[in-house]
Amino acid sequence: MSNIEIKNFNMYYTNFHALKNININIAEKRVTAIIGPSGCGKSSLLRSINRINDTVDGVHTSGEINISGKNIYNIEVNVGILRRNVGMVFQRPNPFPISIYENVAFGLKVNRIYSNKNVIDDVIEKSLKAVLLWNHVKDKLRKSALSLTLEQQQRLCIARVIAVAPSIILLDEPCSSLDPIATQKIEELIMQLSNKYTIVLVTHNMQQAARISRSTAFMFLGKLIEFDDTEKIFTNPSIKETEDYVSGRFG
Amino acid sequence: MIKLSPRLSQKISYLLLFLATVLAIVPGLLIISIIIAKGKDVFFAWDFLTLMPINGMLDGGIFPAIIGTLLLIIITIFLSLPIGIGAAIYLNEYAKDNLLTRMIKLSIVNLAGVPSIVYGLFGLGIFVMYLKLGVSIIAGVLTLSVMELPVIITTSRSALKSVPYLFREASLSLGVSRWDTIKYIVLPNAIPGILTGVILSIARIAGETAPLLFTAVAFYTPYLPHSIYDQVMILPYHLYITATQIPNIGKDRIFATAFMLLMIVLTMNFIAIIIRIYFRKNRKW
Ligand SMILES: Nc1ncnc2c1ncn2[C@@H]1O[C@H](COP(=O)(O)OP(=O)(O)OP(=O)(O)O)[C@@H](O)[C@H]1O
Ligand SMILES: [Mg+2]
Repeated sequence: MSNIEIKNFNMYYTNFHALKNININIAEKRVTAIIGPSGCGKSSLLRSINRINDTVDGVHTSGEINISGKNIYNIEVNVGILRRNVGMVFQRPNPFPISIYENVAFGLKVNRIYSNKNVIDDVIEKSLKAVLLWNHVKDKLRKSALSLTLEQQQRLCIARVIAVAPSIILLDEPCSSLDPIATQKIEELIMQLSNKYTIVLVTHNMQQAARISRSTAFMFLGKLIEFDDTEKIFTNPSIKETEDYVSGRFG
Repeated sequence: MIKLSPRLSQKISYLLLFLATVLAIVPGLLIISIIIAKGKDVFFAWDFLTLMPINGMLDGGIFPAIIGTLLLIIITIFLSLPIGIGAAIYLNEYAKDNLLTRMIKLSIVNLAGVPSIVYGLFGLGIFVMYLKLGVSIIAGVLTLSVMELPVIITTSRSALKSVPYLFREASLSLGVSRWDTIKYIVLPNAIPGILTGVILSIARIAGETAPLLFTAVAFYTPYLPHSIYDQVMILPYHLYITATQIPNIGKDRIFATAFMLLMIVLTMNFIAIIIRIYFRKNRKW
């Protein structure tokens, strides 16, 4: 199980109330999109699901985020293990300035998940295959990750996440620095990954949400306005603000 | 006023800027070439570098002064580098942005600007007299370290800051702890910047006299120090006294001393450049 149940969740940057009483149930093994105008809190919500926002000065929260029934904001939760289970891919591809191999091995080695080289090699091959990068890089694993194209770098970042065996992958506008062709390829990859992983995708691009997600959440000014099947959100939303946004009247 | 054509004014400003550059480097080159020209004969006789001074420094060499300078530099590096880097890591990676942190950061910036003679007098008061270390290598090293720490912390902090925040987040989001992120991601990417900055600042203290004048320096010791509680000769001070206090000394000896000091400083700068080139090759972001 890897569903995400967010209950009465609030988040503040010092005094700024960025997420206002969010309630949402994200089902497992499918793509859920979060859309909404700039500054509405999409990234803040996403970054609360793996608690990476804990590292920002002045952030505090109330309410619950339950993953597989357990509140990740509980005192006894091990944040390291949580973050391994809930991987994150960022807006700008951010491979480490080391080799392709070391990028994917990083989480395994530093977290001391495996120490046997053969096992690590195996995980790296599987992870790179999962993002359809293996054939391209198998002969240059020792080359710098920065020698790859942006699209390949983003695939590598996804492979780096997959290597530590998450069940959830959060993607924060993963295609916004890619060209249309690369975007399409990453979208295909995301859909394919949703067979195995629960995927939460923040996007500015409504066509993208419509193309690849099963459910869509619309946020506005820190609130969750509407959450429903993607088809319903884009063709027949129940709330006026959602309709205005998806029909391009603002945002 | 005559109106110049754009082309001509281009040329004139180019010429002026070029002249400014020449003016900036000519004095330096002149000093270096005079020192080399007048000091090279004694310098390359090697004896001068490897012998003890004798005969009231009129004869023999400057071996103890070379050793003294190197000793002070090396011990100071080993003492202040870990503390400085540690403080920089704390300030940059862990400290919450509150009033106390801001005050610490502000004081460090200001301490870096305190004149070295003030540190010299501080060292005299605290290390030499209060802690009764006497005029000694250890008192000099402690004084230099206190003086260098703000500089090391400042350069290390800017090197840490230049490591993109995205790398830290990527590592943390893989479940890697904060300390491991610092150890495996932040530091490896910041080390070249830290080392370059530190070596340059150390090169600067190689030529310092003021902080050591009352804390470590001997006018004349015809032997090498036996322990860290001994006094030492150092090159810049030796240069000063031979040039001003000892009449009848051969001018070429003075220039050869300056040559040696120059070599130490240039070597360290050179090492810093090599480190920078070496690491630049391997990363680009
Ligand atoms: N570190 C921070 N400190 C203070 N306020 C912040 C911080 N990060 C974000 N905010 C504020 O919180 C609100 C939500 O930001 P968030 O980044 O979650 O929006 P977003 O929907 O992801 O926007 P975008 O589409 O531009 O990425 C914004 O008003 C933003 O200014
Ligand atoms: Mg965002």
